[in-house]
This record gives sequence, structure tokens and C-alpha cells, in this order.
Amino acid sequence: MTEKFLVFTAGAVFAIGLGISGMTDANKVINFLNPLGQWDPSLAFVMVGAIGVHLATYRLILSRERPLFAAAFSVAASTNVDTRLLIGAGLFGAGWGLGGFCPGPGIVSAVALGTEALVFVGAMLGGMVLFHVFDRQP
Amino acid sequence: MMESIINAIIGGALIGMAASLLFLANGRIAGISGIVGQSLRVGTTDRRWRLTFVAGLLVGGMGLMNVMPEAIVAPSTRTVGAVAIAGLLVGVGTRMGNGCTSGHGVCGLSRMSGRSLAATLAFMAAGFASASLIQVAMGGVL
Repeated sequence: MTEKFLVFTAGAVFAIGLGISGMTDANKVINFLNPLGQWDPSLAFVMVGAIGVHLATYRLILSRERPLFAAAFSVAASTNVDTRLLIGAGLFGAGWGLGGFCPGPGIVSAVALGTEALVFVGAMLGGMVLFHVFDRQP
Repeated sequence: MMESIINAIIGGALIGMAASLLFLANGRIAGISGIVGQSLRVGTTDRRWRLTFVAGLLVGGMGLMNVMPEAIVAPSTRTVGAVAIAGLLVGVGTRMGNGCTSGHGVCGLSRMSGRSLAATLAFMAAGFASASLIQVAMGGVL
């Protein structure tokens, strides 16, 4: 119960943070990524706020023996920078600049039932499943 | 602009707190594409916490819709067709590259992961390139 509550709360706070920060405003994101138009660099400060907090708390939490409700921390062990990582990130970035949504803001925006956000999320979930089908790596 | 910057910092801090809360609760990295993507994979055994987190995202979104509706109902300047292709690219790209703005950007950079730094630089560069290209080639309308 408590674990569920904390995980749920984390999701809700994450969504509210995205909304307050401006990340759920697709036009603002497009303007952030387009210095040649009406450039709005303010979204760079989302990273400043998020990393400013998480950089400190991440280390503090990691100094615990284990999380509250799991046997161990699940942190990716891979440090490999390969073409798969870079091509994937490149495709993601291209889609981000094209639509103005990245995954979290897309999902949060979809609750307003606007056509663009719903189409984006549907296509994104489809793209994820498509990749799983063709991907041979686990 | 100043107000935008302050909101960005406050919202960002909340995102950082949410990521920390999830990490403290079950030791998981708050990467949205990974949380959602893995829950769509056949044979995933830890679907429950993933869907609980997504439920939190959706309820948080509903709260936003009531308190600050302008934050999420802003109409996009892109056409529905462009947004559909964008969704496909984001879906395939985030699974291939194992992360998005939250997992590689916020969490990965906070963990000082070189792999996440490389991914973040790549998706930022591609994002700037794609939005700028649409500006140059089509006057920002697509």
C-alpha cells in the first residue's frame, strides 16, 4: 500500500512539475528548440532545477543499503556509448523537434484529450511496440 | 521571460523531487519512456509499479487541467500528420536509445553517466536540428 502510494505520488508530482515548468506546452518546446524563430531559451532551466535537486538526493538515497520497498537499487550498469544509443537518441530528438512532445509531457497532455497529444501518444506507443517486435536484443 | 525561467526552475525541481521519491521507494530510475515501454513488452513481470506510476502521471495531468489549464491545452502549431510521425520517431528512438529527456536527461546526468550525457547531447542536437530545419525550410509551419 505505502509503496503504491509513493510510486503513484512520484508520478503525480512528476506530471505537475512538467506542467509548471512549461514542458507540456508543445509550442513552447518547439520555440525552445528553434533559435532561428521566436527563441524561448527558458526551458533550459528545467534541467537546472531538476538536476539541481536530483544530483544531491540521488547520492543521499544511494548511500542507503537499499530502497524502502525493493531488495536493491536498479541502476543501468551499461556505460557503452554505441551507434544504437546515438541513432536512437537522434531519432527521438528529431521527433521531439517535429512534434514538440517528449514522452512524459505527451502522456500528461493527453488527459486534456486534445487531438495532437492523443495522436502523439498513440503513435509513440505504436512505435515502441514496433521496435520491440523487430528488435532482437532483449 | 523571467517568469518563464522561474517556472522552469520550480517545475524542474518538482521533477527532480519526483525522480528522487521513486528512487527512494523502489530504487527505479524515473525514465518515462522506459517505464512505459517496458510495460508494453511481452513477458514483463514488474508491470504493476509501472502502471501505478503512469496512473500518477495521468492524475497529476488532470490536476493540472483543473488548476492551470493553459499549461496543457495549448494548441500545437504542427499538423496532426506531423505529430503522428513525431510520435513514431519518439517511440522507436527512445526504445532504441534506452531513454528520453527524463531517463537520460534528468536522471542520467544527475548520476553523471557518460552514456546518458552522450544520449542527451545527441537528442538535444537532433531536436534543435529538426525544429530549426522546419523553420528554415517551411517557415516553422509543418
